[in-house]
Amino acid sequence: MNFPLVTLLGRMTISLLTEIGAVTSFAWTAIRQGMRPPWYSRQVLRQMLEIGYYSLPVVGLTAIFTGMVLALQSYTGFARFSAESAIPNVVVVSLTRELGPVLAGLMVAGRVGAAMAAEIGTMRVTDQIDALTTLSTDPFRYLVAPRLIAGVVTLPLLVLVADSIGILGGYLVGVYKLDFNDAAYLRNTIEFLQTMDVVSGLVKAAVFGFLITLMGCYHGYISRGGAEGVGKATTNAVVSASILILTFNYFITEAFFSR
Amino acid sequence: MAASKISLRGVAKSFGPKKVLQGIDLDVARGESLVVIGGSGSGKSVLLKCILGLIQPDAGSIRIDGEETVDLSDRGRARVMRKFGMLFQQGALFDSLKVWENVAFGPIQSDGMDPAQAREVALAKLGAVGLGPDIAELRPSELSGGMQKRVSLARAIAREPEIIFFDEPTTGLDPIMSDVINDLIVKCVRELGATAISITHDMASARKIGDRITMIYDGRLIWQGPVAEIDRSGNEHVDQFINGRADGPIRMQVRKL
Repeated sequence: MNFPLVTLLGRMTISLLTEIGAVTSFAWTAIRQGMRPPWYSRQVLRQMLEIGYYSLPVVGLTAIFTGMVLALQSYTGFARFSAESAIPNVVVVSLTRELGPVLAGLMVAGRVGAAMAAEIGTMRVTDQIDALTTLSTDPFRYLVAPRLIAGVVTLPLLVLVADSIGILGGYLVGVYKLDFNDAAYLRNTIEFLQTMDVVSGLVKAAVFGFLITLMGCYHGYISRGGAEGVGKATTNAVVSASILILTFNYFITEAFFSR
Repeated sequence: MAASKISLRGVAKSFGPKKVLQGIDLDVARGESLVVIGGSGSGKSVLLKCILGLIQPDAGSIRIDGEETVDLSDRGRARVMRKFGMLFQQGALFDSLKVWENVAFGPIQSDGMDPAQAREVALAKLGAVGLGPDIAELRPSELSGGMQKRVSLARAIAREPEIIFFDEPTTGLDPIMSDVINDLIVKCVRELGATAISITHDMASARKIGDRITMIYDGRLIWQGPVAEIDRSGNEHVDQFINGRADGPIRMQVRKL
């Protein structure tokens, strides 16, 4: 008997498991090779600059408007219950725990993940990665490991900046538009904020940094077929990184805050 | 006969159902320049990539200086790769680096040479392929195809390798630039005393840079001999190929390997 739906589901499952296996193997190779010398510190610094410094404008803009909208929307909701004083708490907790790392992660996935996949993909289809090997340079050590390290180190720093700018956005709306007392707003923000809120956000950022750079490198590394292949690699890198960010965000939240 | 620099026995490689290499036996003597000819999709590039370790063969033995290189460890592979230089078909220059940084890449990154010293080496190698120091600071994208090939050649010889591979060195170049590249290849290989394997379908290039020619067809080496004997090979596949005839026993591979 023929069950087309079962066949399709089976194929999709096998395909998904194969992809997960390939990504895990790729990540393991990169980590294993990255822990052995030579270490390319200049490559790490260059990638940190690319991921962190050059992402500051886009992440900063995202954070400030998110903080502002959060304050405004919280006000329209909480005013009904005369709970306006909770606005600073909502803004700071939402930003540090969730919105800071997730939005920064998604923006960096769009900007950096895509660029990485395009750069490494172009190197793949123009034989530059093979050229590295012929020059006795391991592509995993030279290309992949520095990007993974830079992603893990830099994204938490970027999220710290995003959290601060987002809180500033909430403060500006709270004080200058909603007529909060500025000292009271800041006091509420600081008193309600707990170390775990920030730590959980930074752990998420480090994991997202790893996932974004891993997806960018992986899809670029396996790209085939010229410009079309590089284009597909870029799309796949952004889509898969975004999905993984949202998925891992849930599990990390569960690990930190579920009772 | 002296021990072979490169020795292949029974090398086979398939991609899915397609058998690309079917038991290649090949010996290249130290200091010899071998040219592998064959149509597009005949397995030339796969053969080179197997020797370089970029593709793992399904079966067979590949020995460099008598040392088995199939299944080498990472460290062993890096040590063997130190003997190689490679000129890629499209140049494969690193477009994020300047010209001199491309040429000095091997000495700096792999040999740990001081960048200032490596820059001097790079300028010397660029000079050896007829390029002045004025292009050293340019990016590869600012160079013509012929100049990119020369820079790539300079990079291939920068570490003074014992073995140099040339993958379609004249493809995409005009006849004059092709001849310039051929002359440079001959000069560089002679000066280094290197062993060379070139793959090409440009017969003018093959005749100029090779001591010996072998033809690959359908994953097998169907003829080998000195360059001077290619015109009287007695092999109808070779005759069809070197005379560029559409009619004959060779059916062209449509799909890229």
